[in-house]
Amino acid sequence: MKKILNGLAAISFLLAGAAWAQENAPAAQPHDMSTMGAAAPSEHNAAEPTHFPINAPKEMDWTFSGPFGTYDKAQLQRGLKIYKEVCAACHSMNLVAFRTLEDLGYTEAQVKAFAAEYEVQDGPNADGEMFTRKALPGDYFPSPFPNTAAAAAANNGAAPPDFSLIAKARGVTRGFPTFVFDIFTQYAQGGPDYIHALLTSYDFEPPAGMEIAEGTHYNPAFIAGKSLAMAKPLSDGQVTYEDGTPETVDQYSRDIAAFLMWAAEPHLVERKQTGFAVMLFLALFGGLVYATKRKVWANVAH
Amino acid sequence: MSSGHSTYSPKTGIGRWMDSRMPLPRLVHDSFVSYPVPRNLNYAYTFGGILSIMLVAQILTGVVLAMHYANDTMLAVQSVEKIMRDVNSGWLLRYMHSNGASFFFIAVYIHIMRGLYYGSYKAPRELLWILGCIIYLLMMATGFMGYVLPWGQMSFWGATVITGFFTAIPLVGEWIQQLLLGGFAVDNPTLNRFFALHYLLPFMIAGVVVLHVWALHVTGQTNPTGIEVKSKTDTVAFTPYATIKDGFAMVVFLAAFAYFVFYIPNYLGHPDNYIMADSLKTPAHIVPEWYFLPFYAILRAITFNIGPIDSKLGGVLAMFGAIAVLFVVPWLDTSKVRSAVYRPWYKLFFWLFVANAIFLGWLGSKPAEGIFIPLMQISTLYYFAFFLVVMPVLGLIETPRRLPNSITEAVLEKNKGGSAHPAGATAAPETRG
Amino acid sequence: MSATDTSEPNRRDFLYVATGMAGVVGAAAVAWPFIDQMRPDASTLAASSVEVDVSSVTPGMSLTVKWRGKPVFIRNRTPEEIKAAQDVALGDLKDGNARNANLTADATATDLDRSAGKEKENWLVMVGVCTHLGCVPLGQQGDFGGWFCPCHGSHYDTAGRIRKGPAPENLHIPTFQFISDTTIRIG
Repeated sequence: MKKILNGLAAISFLLAGAAWAQENAPAAQPHDMSTMGAAAPSEHNAAEPTHFPINAPKEMDWTFSGPFGTYDKAQLQRGLKIYKEVCAACHSMNLVAFRTLEDLGYTEAQVKAFAAEYEVQDGPNADGEMFTRKALPGDYFPSPFPNTAAAAAANNGAAPPDFSLIAKARGVTRGFPTFVFDIFTQYAQGGPDYIHALLTSYDFEPPAGMEIAEGTHYNPAFIAGKSLAMAKPLSDGQVTYEDGTPETVDQYSRDIAAFLMWAAEPHLVERKQTGFAVMLFLALFGGLVYATKRKVWANVAH
Repeated sequence: MSSGHSTYSPKTGIGRWMDSRMPLPRLVHDSFVSYPVPRNLNYAYTFGGILSIMLVAQILTGVVLAMHYANDTMLAVQSVEKIMRDVNSGWLLRYMHSNGASFFFIAVYIHIMRGLYYGSYKAPRELLWILGCIIYLLMMATGFMGYVLPWGQMSFWGATVITGFFTAIPLVGEWIQQLLLGGFAVDNPTLNRFFALHYLLPFMIAGVVVLHVWALHVTGQTNPTGIEVKSKTDTVAFTPYATIKDGFAMVVFLAAFAYFVFYIPNYLGHPDNYIMADSLKTPAHIVPEWYFLPFYAILRAITFNIGPIDSKLGGVLAMFGAIAVLFVVPWLDTSKVRSAVYRPWYKLFFWLFVANAIFLGWLGSKPAEGIFIPLMQISTLYYFAFFLVVMPVLGLIETPRRLPNSITEAVLEKNKGGSAHPAGATAAPETRG
Repeated sequence: MSATDTSEPNRRDFLYVATGMAGVVGAAAVAWPFIDQMRPDASTLAASSVEVDVSSVTPGMSLTVKWRGKPVFIRNRTPEEIKAAQDVALGDLKDGNARNANLTADATATDLDRSAGKEKENWLVMVGVCTHLGCVPLGQQGDFGGWFCPCHGSHYDTAGRIRKGPAPENLHIPTFQFISDTTIRIG
């Protein structure tokens, strides 16, 4: 057993060295997104970078990170307000039902009232016609566009992505050796970190000489290029907060990112709490089984 | 070393009645209670048991997920998300199933490496080894098809790329690809058949596992010394000795599994698979699941034509060859000594092989460009050289260390000096309870 | 396990029992999600309300709508049907309970308590599922002019009460209310 462990240690050491050398090679080859440490635009060609995002997202403090993470309901409610007042104009969220908003701390009646502010299509009625009615808690957030083609047509050919899973569908590659440490730090906030970074990185000026395509907007945090079709969506004071939270782009970005994480992973808190009980049980049970194993083998050399 | 004759004697009337009609209790008793196992097995030998519970866990979670999954390109994403959001405990079952696949492969890789290290494939266990290779192949097919079912971007494009392998075959390649897809591209017919096969294959795996265990119980286990069991003192009864040791290893393994399921359930997945499949938009960088990455690196290492074989076919052949070579390992190894414990040079090459395989996996996640291509080629070369050169040649020229005469002697030697166990305590454990 | 094995049989036995018990507890905990997932999911429980416009249903007409996957009969009864139902003595009924989810569980099966209430005695809203084995009864048929289940021959009267045949209970009345004079919300 000891030998196997030694062997494994040797291997990991060897690999770590090799990979580290690779990742930090001068004049790095254009390999997708693995130069992660760079907070500044990569050095070899600032004007025309070949891998994205140009700036790695900053790791933020989230209430839902770590083994005991929970959602901050006040923050989720603020995020919902931003989604409703700003994002929902273009972005659908069609896997999220109104009834689930009770998770955010709303009462059943509040959810009902919230849903009633939306119109959804239903039908056919007795005459065979489709009709619209006020949404009920069992309905899902309606899409701002009737279909993807219409969404694309209204937005310069780039359909705004659905928001139901966006916080799990985005994540910047972490690179070696960070991805190994992530196992132990339980880093699973790549999505919210990215969303926050994207929304707060619109104010950078493109470096001299960089060409920005017509109708797109430079953003060094964007995962798939130097600029994206969406214009800066948030500005200071745009959404009114009732609870005295600062009305800044940075705060808005945190709140919407947290809300989208909830939308993508509504059972996160339940999952982590169950996990704690399971790990506790396994530690206890493992101890018992080990003691039993020692007893059983006590008189047998092996 | 089979038990030869049964030691089962039913104590109750019902037991005797059953035994003379259908001796299932006798079979269980002979296979999992009185069955003798070498006393010197270490924890590397617990992965067979771990794999059985992982197979059962995957089948159970899979069956209940199938109760909620809608097998249609228009509904697949919605139904999976319904499992994650609305179905009671659905998120838990799905994360168990998706991470369970990964942990199944982690266990199978350790199991295979154990076999390579201790020479478990050598005569008379060739068939046992080949059955294991078949299970591994079936697992890869099952894992691949299962990954398509959530119908995300990686599902779709992974399926496109992997079925594309077959187009490399001259003349009939295109025909075979269309046969697999049920169309010209991955679409609803593909998803339907993949679901049907993904449900079927695990039961075929279970069938081959029965054969694998049967073959094992005919030849008996190997052990770290590689010396066959010679006398009763070399073995202990399966229950309680092996069961409790396997049980402890399982709990530790399950703790690691639970850590992923509850704390980082998406760590081993790819964010792009949370984007619904789009046949008009390829992700920037397609990568298969982590357990296929070494083979993906081998596929892409062949960037040159080899005589009449173009690089595309060459890559596919190299990739399939990397798996096929496992089947002939029993005949490639020429060493008289079974276990790496007594083969200092083989041990070195073996650990190099393990490191190389992990390195290949890392390369598999990188794009085929720049420095990565020569690295993939060097790594691929060593992968094949280990089987085709090191194994046959080293067996002929290496001088092994002195072998003990028996398992018992090896155990006694190990425990001599500084050991807590007095020599007298090594008396045959089978004479006890 | 013979006593010669060890000098501390009690402590060892305790360990074995504790380990075994913990294993059983663990196995039971693992089994729970597999059973739990069979219960109706959150979306099924949520979709449980339907609004019906009954303005076009004149006396003597019926409407069948789907609620929770089952048919719901909405009948605007004629005065004769109401009279026939009112004339039945409670003692003649096979099931004396109103089976009305809008009333207390001990309400009796008078015609008023089976109908939509005072001023709305003409409206009868019932889950159209035979209380015997779940078939859908046919309207205005059978020995009592109410409903008749063709599967096993249960006869219901004009208030949907079981009168003859194998069914044990009156047709169930779901939670519903008139949210306007012409609209009923079921659920």
